[in-house]
Amino acid sequence: MSVFIRGISALKVGEHWNRSLRSLGAEAGINALEDASLSTVDAIYVGNMCAPYLQAQSHIGALIADYMGLSGVPAVHVEAACASGGAALHEACKAVLSGEYNNVLCIGVEKLSDMPTSQVSSSLASADDRVFSADLGMTFVGLNALLHRLYMHHFQVPPEKIAELAVLSHAHALNNPYAQYHLKLTVENVMSSPLIADPIHLLECAAISDGAAAVVLSREKGDIKVIASTMSSDYLSLHERTDLLSFSATQRAVMQAYKQANLSPKDIHIVEVHDAFTIMGVISLEDMGFAKRGEAAELIEAGYFNLNGELPINTLGGLKARGHPVGATGIYQVVDLVKQLRGDAGVNQIDNAIYGLAQNVGGIGGTVTIHILEGRC
Amino acid sequence: MSVPRYWRMIPYLHRLVASYCENCSKYYYPPREICPRCRNKDLKNVDINGEGKLLTFTVIRSPPADFESLSPYIMGLVEVDGKIRVIARIVDVEPEELRIGMSLEPTVRRYRVNGKDGIIQYGIAFRPLYNNNT
Repeated sequence: MSVFIRGISALKVGEHWNRSLRSLGAEAGINALEDASLSTVDAIYVGNMCAPYLQAQSHIGALIADYMGLSGVPAVHVEAACASGGAALHEACKAVLSGEYNNVLCIGVEKLSDMPTSQVSSSLASADDRVFSADLGMTFVGLNALLHRLYMHHFQVPPEKIAELAVLSHAHALNNPYAQYHLKLTVENVMSSPLIADPIHLLECAAISDGAAAVVLSREKGDIKVIASTMSSDYLSLHERTDLLSFSATQRAVMQAYKQANLSPKDIHIVEVHDAFTIMGVISLEDMGFAKRGEAAELIEAGYFNLNGELPINTLGGLKARGHPVGATGIYQVVDLVKQLRGDAGVNQIDNAIYGLAQNVGGIGGTVTIHILEGRC
Repeated sequence: MSVPRYWRMIPYLHRLVASYCENCSKYYYPPREICPRCRNKDLKNVDINGEGKLLTFTVIRSPPADFESLSPYIMGLVEVDGKIRVIARIVDVEPEELRIGMSLEPTVRRYRVNGKDGIIQYGIAFRPLYNNNT
């Protein structure tokens, strides 16, 4: 693939009470253009999940282009639940690859704090089947809890080991000024936090937040190359899945990505895994070939995925601690990989990293995108 | 859920009516018009009755809008008659009494009332099969 990342930006994830969706999106977009030393682009792709629900605002491609001062530029909104950012980036990559556009801006933006938690919860539950899941009172954390309990039962893994992933992500966010949380956690903290959907505790869930991040893709050669961009889908809900403890969309997308990049799991130096919930991160590490089935939690506990471990993951905090502004997350993940590959990751810099992989999951695995970047091109 | 959406789905929410594909010998719930495996368009509606098996479950403590008054409540993934899987409330039981793999029977429960769309919504729930789980 001949797509290069020419510019990046990311706002601090948090509760931006005094900012609007358009304000966050436009700022991230303008900052990425400045980082790329460009005044305009040929097209804009905006990843977002909840604006039509929480802001009652559709048509946010044109809205954000307008508020960036880029009216006239083709702009479109891409939605695939929590994988909206990854899906927008996938579309943006294809737009550059097509030869139609030279420079494309891809923005991920989400503003959850405009509505109370129950409304946010309903909105997020729309990632699953509205009639046969969400409207029966099922929540997104509830779906993950179904898998969490089954995983513990099937592989005989104690809950404390799965909780270790939250501890890891929080430890990695401590030195990231853009992270939502700078809070060191212990397994005891996680396990004594309130249950949200048994057996998932509060501190195993990425929190409700606002944020925006952006990347500029270009055909022009730069130092960071996108060497794989893939997406797969699966049965939307859990009803038809033959194997509940693996996301086949991850498996398909990652196999295709390794093939595109001509790499295998052992060639990857850093990973951004979609840890919206600890169990989702654990299953995803196994699906991508970084741990055997049922063994990811053991490796997390042993430090295998720490900053100084064999394969550092979520080096700037992941979804759990850097933050998970839903439709923006896929872009944050890639921005964090670029920081590492450029050598701009500060205290958490992983030396000699060349290949970085980001996995973005939509819903309960209904959509998965994989991006692999190569640094020092 | 709006009135037309609820009205349209009543046959499938108040009874477990699945779509059956003769080519694949597969039952689908929620119902479908096209078999996701072979794309056969000639699916038949079939009533599903019989025992449920609890595949996994959770207790919802942070409910979505309209469900606040029920909280906390148990939600499970239930395999029914070995044919379909259903997400449903598990009732008449405490979470501590539930075990993965235990037998359940279907029943009907009110799912919500006084929601923003004014629907009194009923649906299938499951409860432990009496005398079969000791």
